[in-house]
Amino acid sequence: MTRTDLGMPAFPDAAREAVRDGVLRANLRHATHTIRDKRARAVAELEDWDRLRAAGKAVKDHTLRHLDRYLLQLEAAVTAAGGTVHWAVDADEANRIVTELVRATGEREVVKVKSMATQEIGLNEALEAAGITAYETDLAELIVQLGHDRPSHILVPAIHRNRAEIRDIFRAEMGRWGRPAPDPLGDDPRELAEAARLHLREKFLRAKVAVCGANFMVAETGTMVVFESEGNGRMCLTLPETLISVVGIEKVVPTFRDLEIFLQTLPRSSTAERMNPYTTMWTGLGPSRGADGDGPSAFHLVLLDNGRTDTLADETGRQALRCIRCSACLNVCPVYERAGGHAYGSVYPGPIGAVLSPQLRGTDSEIDASLPYASTLCGACYDVCPVAIDIPEILVHLRERVAQGGPVTRHGIRVRIRPAHGHTAERAAMRAARLLLDRPGALRAGERLLARARRLAPRRLPGPGAAWTDTRDLPSVPAEPFRDWWTRERGTPQ
Amino acid sequence: MTSKDRILARIRRAVPQPGPQAAPGPDADIPRDYLRVHGARTPQERVDLLAAHLAEYRARVHRTDEDGLPDLLGRLLADAATVQLPPDLGFGLPSHPSLAFVPDRAAQTPRELDRVDAVVTGCALAIAETGTIVLDGGPDQGRRRITLVPDHHVCLVRVPEQVVDSVPQALPLLDPGRPLTWISGPSATSDIELDRVEGVHGPRRLDVILVGARGPRPGPGTRPPETGSQ
Repeated sequence: MTRTDLGMPAFPDAAREAVRDGVLRANLRHATHTIRDKRARAVAELEDWDRLRAAGKAVKDHTLRHLDRYLLQLEAAVTAAGGTVHWAVDADEANRIVTELVRATGEREVVKVKSMATQEIGLNEALEAAGITAYETDLAELIVQLGHDRPSHILVPAIHRNRAEIRDIFRAEMGRWGRPAPDPLGDDPRELAEAARLHLREKFLRAKVAVCGANFMVAETGTMVVFESEGNGRMCLTLPETLISVVGIEKVVPTFRDLEIFLQTLPRSSTAERMNPYTTMWTGLGPSRGADGDGPSAFHLVLLDNGRTDTLADETGRQALRCIRCSACLNVCPVYERAGGHAYGSVYPGPIGAVLSPQLRGTDSEIDASLPYASTLCGACYDVCPVAIDIPEILVHLRERVAQGGPVTRHGIRVRIRPAHGHTAERAAMRAARLLLDRPGALRAGERLLARARRLAPRRLPGPGAAWTDTRDLPSVPAEPFRDWWTRERGTPQ
Repeated sequence: MTSKDRILARIRRAVPQPGPQAAPGPDADIPRDYLRVHGARTPQERVDLLAAHLAEYRARVHRTDEDGLPDLLGRLLADAATVQLPPDLGFGLPSHPSLAFVPDRAAQTPRELDRVDAVVTGCALAIAETGTIVLDGGPDQGRRRITLVPDHHVCLVRVPEQVVDSVPQALPLLDPGRPLTWISGPSATSDIELDRVEGVHGPRRLDVILVGARGPRPGPGTRPPETGSQ
């Protein structure tokens, strides 16, 4: 990932801020618990859920193992259906390709379907720098955009805002972007949604260019799939003349039939519905090649790497590429529920963000080095994941990488990274421990000394160790070392 | 070296392949032991389940046969001045003098379409377990945008023949080369405090009419009763 949020505070600092915000905590708790309970009911309806989950995992693993083959097949199918395929190694290249495609149309504005990939690469900012305005059309993304805010949840990016806050944002900002909010405007969700409908309809009807992502791409047929609820996706995918999709290379699946798995697991895991209101599938320009006005007359697919092949090179970490962005792991995570999405310093918050961001971006920055620790390892995220990503396993793996360094792949090249800054004390302590454990005589002498001096043991550690004992009790020192006790009781020295 | 070559080379380094003969098709790797259908149903039960699931997502469900259809449509479209139609709906239409039918034309601009009040279409198929209707742009459905921009969509489903139980049963019947629109209830959002609000950008109202085969000629008072609108 070439775009990093410079100066982003590490997770513990950002989270500390967030937990102090009572409104935010209440909004989050209400939201996560509501979706969590609904989801459990939707999943319980399918007696074969575990088998669907295993099949989804298998489809994704198989695809990742043969990713080169399926991407080439996809490219051929999309091209045969009248689309154009572009390949982007990183965020800068993807942004450059999209900017040039928009420029070639002569347009200065685009409408956008909510897409994690374009957020990841900072496309809106890149377009803005080129004098092109990107309008987010998903209601939650609109709230975030108008509020000069950042998304805090994968599925419901404005989850941290309540209705009163949203009304204030609409009142203050809508007029600067187009049709102003109706006056007066109350804070009933119905009224707010209606204001968004009026504001955005103008844009849909005049837009010539749309940018979207995709939930799935089918290699066999070249079919693109977008799941949504509001109809803003359909508007963007159907009405404009030019459609540009920016999609991570891991989103490909081999066959059209494979969709039968994800059409069952994705809606239930994300919005807790049997099916989301709208799913659009299109293949290139369609049978008429766009000549009959049904959909765009130009279709571009930008295949995005941006750290994905580096992630693929890590045998433990690569399972994160199975993610279908359902956000079920966010809603069950005790850490996310209290810290909120912004604390993760990435467009991918929650447990999946904690494993995805440090892999896509590397662990050089303070925030990325701290993310593998943003978890209690309780395992709830693994239990709900519809493609069975073992998030705790990757977290532990990444902690090891942060603390000890080791071989990783960066920009396609195998390198050995040094332990992250800030873990030197920990490593010094481990080295000292090893020194002692390797020398039983010294260990025994040390233990006896400690036991004799136990009255002097402090309740809190001095210096940097205080951070630990501020929130935990220091274990008490026993009156006698265990091995002395054993020898005394059983009489046989080990 | 192009970006495509670089990405493909990185993939090949990341997941080395033993050789082309060792690369199995997806079928060798993927367990397909999940269910094709959840439960056993008669055609009638399948239609009932579809109706229940559609209604749960706040589509309004109606039942009639071909003879009763024009009357029912006339009532559902009573407040519409203009109604958009696909090239060939395949059903009889009401003949109210106040109703103006607009054909689906490529030249129609989105703004013109925005002034249309309602649209009547058929569908490719419907899925009972999920409460979904699927459109594929066939002659009885028209372009994708006509079921998107107007405020009111009336969709006709031939029952029981167009209804399948499940998603795995639906996919083999669909042609991925055609543009496919899967609709489960009207447009909705839950973005504000997770309160569900219908009708954000797509049609605010979705009426689904389950159309049975032509019944016996209705004599006076024998018209099959139409079951409840939601």
